[in-house]
Amino acid sequence: MFWFMPDQEAAVRLIGLRKSFGPVEAVSGIDLEIADGEFFAMLGPSGSGKTTVLRMIAGFESPTAGMVELGGVDVTRLAPFERDVNTVFQDYALFPHMSVLDNVEYGLRVKKVPRSERRERALAALGSVRLDGFERRRPSQLSGGQRQRVALARALVNRPRVLLLDEPLGALDLKLREEMQVELKSIQREVGITFLFVTHDQEEALTMSDRVAVFDQGRIEQVGTPAEVYERPATPFVASFVGTSNLISGDAAHAVLGKGGTYSVRPEKLRLSDLDAAVGADEHSATGTVAEVVYAGPATRFVVDLDVGGRLVALQQNLQVSSMEVTELRGSRVRLVWNRRHEFAIAS
Amino acid sequence: MNLSRTARALLWAALAGGLGVVYVPLLIVLLNSVNADRTFGWPPPGFTMRWWAAAWESGGVRDALVTSLQAAVGATAIALLLGTMAAFAVQRYSFFGRESVSLLIVLPIALPGIVTGIALNNAFRTVLEPFGVSLGLFTVIVGHATFCVVTVFNNVLARLRRLGASIEEASADLGADTFTTFRLVTFPMMRSALLAGGLLAFALSFDEIIVTTFTAGAGVRTLPIWIFENLFRPNQAPVVNVVAAALIILSVVPIYVAQRISGVEATTH
Repeated sequence: MFWFMPDQEAAVRLIGLRKSFGPVEAVSGIDLEIADGEFFAMLGPSGSGKTTVLRMIAGFESPTAGMVELGGVDVTRLAPFERDVNTVFQDYALFPHMSVLDNVEYGLRVKKVPRSERRERALAALGSVRLDGFERRRPSQLSGGQRQRVALARALVNRPRVLLLDEPLGALDLKLREEMQVELKSIQREVGITFLFVTHDQEEALTMSDRVAVFDQGRIEQVGTPAEVYERPATPFVASFVGTSNLISGDAAHAVLGKGGTYSVRPEKLRLSDLDAAVGADEHSATGTVAEVVYAGPATRFVVDLDVGGRLVALQQNLQVSSMEVTELRGSRVRLVWNRRHEFAIAS
Repeated sequence: MNLSRTARALLWAALAGGLGVVYVPLLIVLLNSVNADRTFGWPPPGFTMRWWAAAWESGGVRDALVTSLQAAVGATAIALLLGTMAAFAVQRYSFFGRESVSLLIVLPIALPGIVTGIALNNAFRTVLEPFGVSLGLFTVIVGHATFCVVTVFNNVLARLRRLGASIEEASADLGADTFTTFRLVTFPMMRSALLAGGLLAFALSFDEIIVTTFTAGAGVRTLPIWIFENLFRPNQAPVVNVVAAALIILSVVPIYVAQRISGVEATTH
């Protein structure tokens, strides 16, 4: 069958996927395709169904309706141990009674890979997550970041078709999280395995992934590249969940933009100016009063109450100013100016 | 916390007094088992192993020891089986009446032994006797199992709570089928909890007397019952004392080992 080219199949395809727990519908109809080798994020608040979707792909939950395909093959009815996916659990789920090496070898051991080969592969996997020399330790003797990397090695050593990561960085402190974001990305590029990860942290999703699916209440609100999701949010929910929501709607939209509907402008696109500042032909502007000033090191957030009603947040880099100077701006009258191409209509 | 010198001394005295009340009498039993004087004269006129030899020679004591061991092993086996299954059911599945089942399993340890004893005695005699099963070793084992199940149940339940389900999911995720997961992950994680629970159950059964009195038939005599029957025969006093000393040692060892196991586990996980 010359036309059968498995590599062209999506790594993961979800078709009309639903899951109910009793009367509660956790996942209400998901259709999604994830390409081979993609770094894909499922982003959403807790309870939005993203983890349930991940668990259905891993095989821990069986869908109420719909299908899960891996590499073009229907796996909906298969047990977790019959699927070519591996998971990095949120709590890592390392086996506490085994050494680090035994943990990493586990998947190969139960698949009856010969001892010498599995030892070699496990050591290589530990090397790729920079844990050489830790193989005799117990998980209880490792730090959070080290455990996280053992969990990663334990999954990757099996060379799964898809690696599932459930809030992989959630338990780490900020510094370590930023390091691991970079590291995960480079590991994924090296091994070339499809990474599908679940997170509620929008920054994490934007910085790491090739594409993002934004979840809310068991549905996908938008799928796109980080730039698309951030710059052109498709719904008010996406606008507010990914980044700060800056919505102009109703009377304010008529007054400022001269048209009806709901529009979004990102805070960093707004320029804080004097009341009488010149406004270009391709620009819109609105006047208001600074209600709040939040100094945050490299930048400052100004919360501005518009004269026409509504409230916008403007993010300004602290190029020349200090915290003393910006906080004095509270209560002052300002004009917010932005380029028209940065305002996007949102379907409500 | 910083305590004054007096407070410190008072607290130490209270501790010593409290522990002394419990352990000095036990120590006296142990000492008297090697007391050369038949009437336990104090201070002991000399050291002797005579009573230990006499106890060992006594057919009644040996039979009672064997019966006690049989009862304890039987009750522990039932407790391990039922306690583990109940703990898994209560921890891993949600079903109607789960909390009540949990309470009903734990309750027998709190029930007065005399109530359990009378209830079991009545039940066995009305239900089993018509079928030709009379009170004996079997009914003792069942009687002991009613409260031994609790120790295994509690130990396993605590372990399951601490483990969570995700390491079993991780095992399945890495390609292990259900049986392999049990063999390589679940059972090794349970082992020490089972051992601790089993040892406690064994110790509970081994020195039990009240329920035993009501569930043992005429011919069945466990070690505690033998002691009770011979307690007031003056010429048996030294042998009774030896049996009591042996019971102390046999009960303390499993408890100590069980404690050590739980202690080591608690610090390594």
